[in-house]
Amino acid sequence: MPLVELAAIWKSFGQNPVLKGIDLTVEEGQVIAMIGRSGSGKSTLLRSINGLERIDDGTILIDGEKIGSKDADLRTLRLQVGMVFQQFNLFPHLSARENVMLAPMVVKKASRKAAGALADAMLAKVGLSDRAGHYPDQLSGGQQQRVAIARSLAMEPRVLLCDEVTSALDPELVNEVLAVVRQLAKEGMTLIMVTHEMRFAREVCDKLVFMHQGRIHEEGSPAELFSAPKTPELAQFIGLVEAAG
Amino acid sequence: MAYQFDFGSLWEYRGVIADGVGLTIRLTAVGTVAGVGLGIAGAFARTSRSPALKAAVGAYVEFIRNTPFLIQLFFIFFGLPVLGVKLSEWQAASLAMVVNLAAYSTEIIRAGIQAVPKGQIEAAEALAMSRLQIFRHVILGPAMRKVWPALSSQIVIVMLGSSVCSQIAAEELTYAANFIQSRNFRAFEVYFVSTGLYLILAVGLRALLKLVGWSLFRRRRHV
Repeated sequence: MPLVELAAIWKSFGQNPVLKGIDLTVEEGQVIAMIGRSGSGKSTLLRSINGLERIDDGTILIDGEKIGSKDADLRTLRLQVGMVFQQFNLFPHLSARENVMLAPMVVKKASRKAAGALADAMLAKVGLSDRAGHYPDQLSGGQQQRVAIARSLAMEPRVLLCDEVTSALDPELVNEVLAVVRQLAKEGMTLIMVTHEMRFAREVCDKLVFMHQGRIHEEGSPAELFSAPKTPELAQFIGLVEAAG
Repeated sequence: MAYQFDFGSLWEYRGVIADGVGLTIRLTAVGTVAGVGLGIAGAFARTSRSPALKAAVGAYVEFIRNTPFLIQLFFIFFGLPVLGVKLSEWQAASLAMVVNLAAYSTEIIRAGIQAVPKGQIEAAEALAMSRLQIFRHVILGPAMRKVWPALSSQIVIVMLGSSVCSQIAAEELTYAANFIQSRNFRAFEVYFVSTGLYLILAVGLRALLKLVGWSLFRRRRHV
């Protein structure tokens, strides 16, 4: 049974349809990258998977269970599906360690001690043990993003969604974040990411999904898609990216 | 100028003045704690998805902000007894202070809430936090920190506004001053001294609020 199953997902912003019947399955342990031009719907699709965007039609199954649109259902969903954002979105009034501790304490009612130990373990995992007491504005973008990843991992999600996690970073900080993501993939974490890092997607992903005008236009292994794109749109997109990169 | 200043004549009323200052402080304390507390609740209600609740709180805020404090006080003290709600001077004055500050602080805190970046709220949602949990742990602290100076000013305004409570014979500082003046006709001396006392109270209150803000919002250095 697939871990995540999306069927016939439709979503419009006002009169403007952005997702037009998306079907996608993700197996446990798979690493999937969604690529495509801006406006193709890939971020909206990612945000729909954990209910930050409410879909108009279609079904989302996590581990075979259908997710409704009530608040309680969404919270059950979000316990399974973590998310890391382009803009990090750390809580500015909390230290790195407290950022990681908050949700386990508040949502899972972990004791301060247990949450602290968990936070230390997660910060060690992203290589930031020495920054635990720092506040977000005292950290570089790359460090903030690694704290954000640690914060998501502390909730022990079964899937992690990554929404352009390196797009807001200075070029020299991109690799430290990608290294953490790569490590997660190696450990068997199920990952769905929207990315513009084509080389990374090619190396790390099991499956590539090319989105175009609100639909999945092509999907397959990175080797297939990059070496032999079937549609002119993907060929053109790859050409554009490679010319730019 | 023929007038002979005689501040000494106030000495025999020192007890009355001290009681007046005491009541002004108590009114302010009750008004601040309950008013800001209700303001936080009101601001949370205004972020609610229920249009009825939002509209109700909005109407309350606008009603209080667009009517004079003295009329609100008269309504509570002279108007409500008609409905069978009889309050003492102290109760009516406290209630008026709370109701008034709650409305202003709802509005001030709401501005702080709106300044919290949406992304932080989404991040908290993605961590499976509930609306109340997000409000309490993610929104409230940064919001209060942002609006604390504005809120402090409003608290000082309400403290000074408590002077109006003399009109229902709540025996606060202004009532004490009026009382003494009616006895010894030393208007200049009495109001000079009470003005000075209000000044000291206001400056002291500002300093106190600054300290409270500092201790609430300072960064805790622990690893």
